[in-house]
Order: sequence, then C-alpha cells, then structure tokens
Amino acid sequence: MSAAAGLGAAPRTAVIAPAGRLAVLRALRRRYLAGRLLLVTVLALAATAALVVWGVMAGSSDLGVGQTVLALLGAGEPSHEFIVRELRLPRVIGAVVVGLALGMSGALTQTFSRNPLATPDILGVTSGAAAGAVAAIVLGGGAYAVGSGLLGLGMPVVATIGALGTAAVVYGLSWRGGVDSYRLILIGIGATATLGGLTNYLMVRGSLSQAAAATQWLVGSLAGVTWTSVWPVLIVLLVITPLALTQTSALDIGQLGDEMSTGLGVPVQRHRIAVLVCAVVLCAAAVSAAGPVGFVAFVAPQLAQRLGRTPRPPLLASALLGAAMVTAADILGRAVLPWSVPVGIITAIIGAPYLIWLLTRRTAGGRSAA
Amino acid sequence: MTSDAPPRTPSRTAPPPTPAVGGPPTAGQALSRTGVAALVVLGAVAVSLLLGSNAIGPGAVLERLLHPALDEGAIVWGSRVPRTVLGLLVGAALGIAGAVMQGQTRNPLADPGIFGVSAGASLAVVLGVYVAGVTSVLGILWMSFLGAVVASVAVFAIAALGRSLSSPVPLAIAGTAVTALLTAITSFLVLTDQSTLAAYRIWVVGSLSGRTLEGIGPAIVMALAGLVLAAANIRSLDMLALGGELAQGLGENILRARLVGLGAITLLTASAVALSGPIGFIGLTAPHIARAMVGAGHGRLLPAAGLVGAGVLLLSDVIGRLIGGTGEVSVGVVLTVLGGIVFVMIVRRSRMAAL
Repeated sequence: MSAAAGLGAAPRTAVIAPAGRLAVLRALRRRYLAGRLLLVTVLALAATAALVVWGVMAGSSDLGVGQTVLALLGAGEPSHEFIVRELRLPRVIGAVVVGLALGMSGALTQTFSRNPLATPDILGVTSGAAAGAVAAIVLGGGAYAVGSGLLGLGMPVVATIGALGTAAVVYGLSWRGGVDSYRLILIGIGATATLGGLTNYLMVRGSLSQAAAATQWLVGSLAGVTWTSVWPVLIVLLVITPLALTQTSALDIGQLGDEMSTGLGVPVQRHRIAVLVCAVVLCAAAVSAAGPVGFVAFVAPQLAQRLGRTPRPPLLASALLGAAMVTAADILGRAVLPWSVPVGIITAIIGAPYLIWLLTRRTAGGRSAA
Repeated sequence: MTSDAPPRTPSRTAPPPTPAVGGPPTAGQALSRTGVAALVVLGAVAVSLLLGSNAIGPGAVLERLLHPALDEGAIVWGSRVPRTVLGLLVGAALGIAGAVMQGQTRNPLADPGIFGVSAGASLAVVLGVYVAGVTSVLGILWMSFLGAVVASVAVFAIAALGRSLSSPVPLAIAGTAVTALLTAITSFLVLTDQSTLAAYRIWVVGSLSGRTLEGIGPAIVMALAGLVLAAANIRSLDMLALGGELAQGLGENILRARLVGLGAITLLTASAVALSGPIGFIGLTAPHIARAMVGAGHGRLLPAAGLVGAGVLLLSDVIGRLIGGTGEVSVGVVLTVLGGIVFVMIVRRSRMAAL
C-alpha cells in the first residue's frame, strides 16, 4: 500500500549482468527519450535565457537597450555600468542559480522517495538550512549584511551544516527497517516545526536589528544578493550537477523498487546517500544565498515531469524550469508589481494552491496523485 | 451495545497510541491519575505566580495576593495573575479541542493549533487592521475568531476531498499548504503597510504576557459554549471510535455528532487563539498524554486532556520566562519546539503501514 512498496513483490533475483541492466534501462527510457523531454528542456532553457535578458533590462532606472549592452560590455557610463553590472546582473544570475539548485534538489528528493510531496521544504532540509543561517546571523555577533567578509563565507557553510544535520536526523528517525516515504514526510513536518521554533527563539535572543534582518531574509528574497553570494551557489552547482547525473541510471531503475534495483546490480544504500547528499547540498546553497524560497523545489520538478511525460522528474529540465520560475517571480516582484514583493512570497502564492490542488486529486491508492 | 458487535479498537485506520503498559487503566486508576493531574495543575499555578523576571519572595507574593493595595507596580495582580488565568483557560480549551478533534477524525496527528488555524487567524487580524482599520481588543478578537474558523474548515475540507480524514498525511500536508499560502498573503500585506505590521507583530507571537483580562468576556462565553458542546459530544465520540459505519449501525446520528464536534472544536480553538494569539501543539500533545493516563474513553479523556493542557501550557510559559535571559521567550515558541519533538515521537510509534 505504501509508495515504497512499488514493484517490490518481484522475486529476489540474482544480480543480472550489465548487458541485462542496459536492456532494462533502454526499455525504461524509450518512452521519454523520444524527443518530448528534449523539447521541454530546450524550451525551458530558452525561457530562462529570455527572462535573464528581461531581468537585466528591467528595473527602476530606465536604461535603453543600447545603454544596457554598452554597460554590460564595460563601455557605458559609470553609473549605468554600476546599475547593470553590480545591481541587476548579480540579482538575475542569483535568481537563475538559486532556481537551478532548488529545481534539481526537488527532482532528486521526489525521485528518491518516489513521492511528489517529498520536497526539501517539507522534509525539513530548508528549515534546517534556515535555522543554521539565522544562527550565523544572530550568534555570529557582527553586523549583518549578506555576503560581507567572513559571514559571506560563513553563512553558506553553517546553512549546509544545518541542512545536512537535519536531513541525517530526519532520515535516521524515519528508519524502521527501511524508510517509508510517508513516515519520512511526517517526521520532516515535525522537524520543520521544531526548527521553526528554534529559529524564533534565536531571533528573540538576538538584537532587534538582527531579528529584523533575519525576518527579511526568512521570507526568501533576492534583494540583498551580490556577486559574493552568487559564487558559492555556482560552485556547488558545478560540483554537484555531474555527481547527480552519474546517479540517473540508478534513479531510473530505482522507480521499480529497491529489490529490483538490488537485483539489477545497483548499490542501493550508496546510491541513496549520494542522492540525498546532492539534494541537501544544493538546497542549502540556494537557501544560504536567497533565504528559504518556498515551493520551487516542489513545483518545478512536477511541472517538468508532466510537460515531458516522463516516469520520474527529469533532473535537467526540473533545474531549468526552477531557474525560469525564480527569475520570473523575481522580475514580477521587483519590476512588474507596483510594490516590491520578495520572491519567496510570489512562489508561495503560486505553489501552495498547486499543492492543495494536488492533494484534492489524491486517489485512494497509496501512491499520491500523478 | 449488542453482543455480536464486540468493541474493537479502530486500529485499522488510525492506531490509537499504546495505552499505559498492562492494558487500559481501571476506573479507580483513571480517577486517581486525574487527581494527580489536577494537583500538578495547582502546582503549575503556584509556580506561575511565584516565578518571574522580578524576584519576589513567596511570602511577599502571598501578601500581595491577599492585599491588592500592597501590590507595588502591579506585578502580581497586573501581570502574573492575568497570565496564569489565561494559561489555565487557553490550555484547557486547546487540550479539550485537540481530544475532540482526534476523536472525530480518528487521526493521531490532529491538532487545532498547527493545521492552518493560526495562519488563518493571523491573516484575518491583518486584513481587519489593513482593510477595516480595526484596532480595538474586541475587534481583533472577533477577526481572529473568524479567521480560525475559516482556515480550520478549509484544511479539513481539503483533506476530506482527497482521502479519508483519518489518514495523517493529507491532513498534515493540507495544513502545511494552507499555512504557507496564508502566511505568504499575510507577509505581502504586512510588507506593504507599516502600521499593519506594527499591530500584527504584537499579536502574532502566541503569548500569555502583555494581555489583560479586560474585554475577554465574549471569548470566555465562547469557550464555555464550546465546553458544553464537547461534553454533549462525549457519547458520540465513543461511538465514532468504533468507525463511522458501526456507529451508524448502533443508531448514532452521524451528521449531528459531526456538527456538534466541529462546533466544539471551533469554539474552543477560536476563543483560545483570540485570547492568547496562535499557540500550537497543545491540542496535539495534551490528548496523547491524557490517553496514556486514563485510557481512550472520552468521558475520562476530555477532563484529563483539559487538565494536562492547562498544566503543560503554564509550565511551558514558566520555562519561557526562565530561559529568555533579559527578554522572555514566548510560550508559543517553547511549545513549538517541545511539540515538534512530541509529533515526531507519535509518528515513530504509529504504524505507517496502517495508513
């Protein structure tokens, strides 16, 4: 009945030779390598690129196309150059890398637990990173400014430690001779509540200005993003993406259930830990740069899966759709709406109804609505 | 009850937490344990009156209690007495509401405080301040009442649309989703308007301090009405524990039982939220502790849950006063940390295969 059961009823088989594994993989992938996923990926890339161009053009000071291009190339007026290269570009690139990281992180956790509800937000990873980051803000002592000196290096590290620690605790507490995805989700919800309480406690202990800064940051906003906060996310993406892509075969086979995977020669435990660590590090990097931007890790992979009609959330398309989503939400919040609205609020207002809709469509089967 | 329908525990859909070791407690045990809970509540009242950021000796506190005129700075009568009274009221209301909710849904994770109610009340308060310019204590009380009602009904409707209410996952996720949406709208409004932010910041922290006993009459009337409904619901809750169909077969009017229960939950929760701001997890924790003490029969469970709720809330409030250092940690924060841990423990004990 539980989602983890999958096709677990298949008889335990001896390890099949690599040739057999390839045949299974080919059969699994035939459905979605037919071009539709490629089209979705290319379209998502094009949308992200277009949004980046719009994001660099849009803003409170009205620069023409020529002025913007000149400023980008370093040949414009100094004031324009500052606006474009130090204010707009890091913000847009920040939105892209945060979206990429969140989208891929969500795709990894959803595939790993075979449950669309298992996103970093719900599993407590995001709150772990947020609690770590708020601890860095409050206990770090010094004045708070995103990306200033030691804190700029310190916050991503502390956030990653918080996220990894939370993931380890949630995964460990869910373990009872195997991990059931629903128990994982419920324990994640409990962990999220506890960490939220701890975060509030830290904010009470901190000074008023620290609390105000933390509040602003906890909404999920790209307003304070500078090049210093973009670099760590970019580096994490460059390191983790190839690592995550090496797991795609195991992820595909994993959809058939643990016993099938073992039978087909996948080192299940090692694969699980690799996937979980990739997802957690990606999420922590994104959170440390922009705060907990909610629901991107939930919506983007689901959207990619539905548009591409794939059996599981595709990694690259999810990442690219995440990037497009965050960039669009940020532009909406700073240049289209009459007030400036933090990106996290917009993604929540879009994402939460989608989650509610998905819940109301759940069928009686153990597996959540697809 | 007919002999061919033996009472069976509803373990298939919602496994109740294991009762105390050695089978369900006898009537005498239940009575004596309820007595112990009452003594603990009395002790919590004493501690709540005696301890605080101003160090006053026990004798001096007693003297000030007996002679209000001697109460310099109104520390005892102006601050400690109100928050103790509020703690008793809010804790008992939330504990009983939680017990009724868990009985109605047969869901071990049901809690009026965490599933969207706080977020709904917050949004309603913000809307009241932002749109209608509500500033009076009574106005905010009514707005939070309204928001709590709407949000709790919405969460249950979403969960019920998808699957049965007794399954913990849809209810928990529906609560999370509704909370996220309402919080986002609240933040959006608060960020656009400074004066709303000022009013909202004070209210949103679930706390017993800084609230006065003036103007809380309507909330107390609501809570009492909720209590009456809960008491009227006891027999139906015991029937519903056998499962909806069996209860119907035994002649129970299911619709009436549900409506009375929903009315009790809503009145109790909303009055508590109106009095103290959003405080979560009491409604989750208190019934579980009470059930371990007196068993699952609702006639014993509801009073015990009320006592445990009041005791836990008062003690958490005292803990918050003591660990805050220079400032105080509000009881809502203390309870979120403690309650999250209890939540995880309950999930670990429940058999997920039974979902």
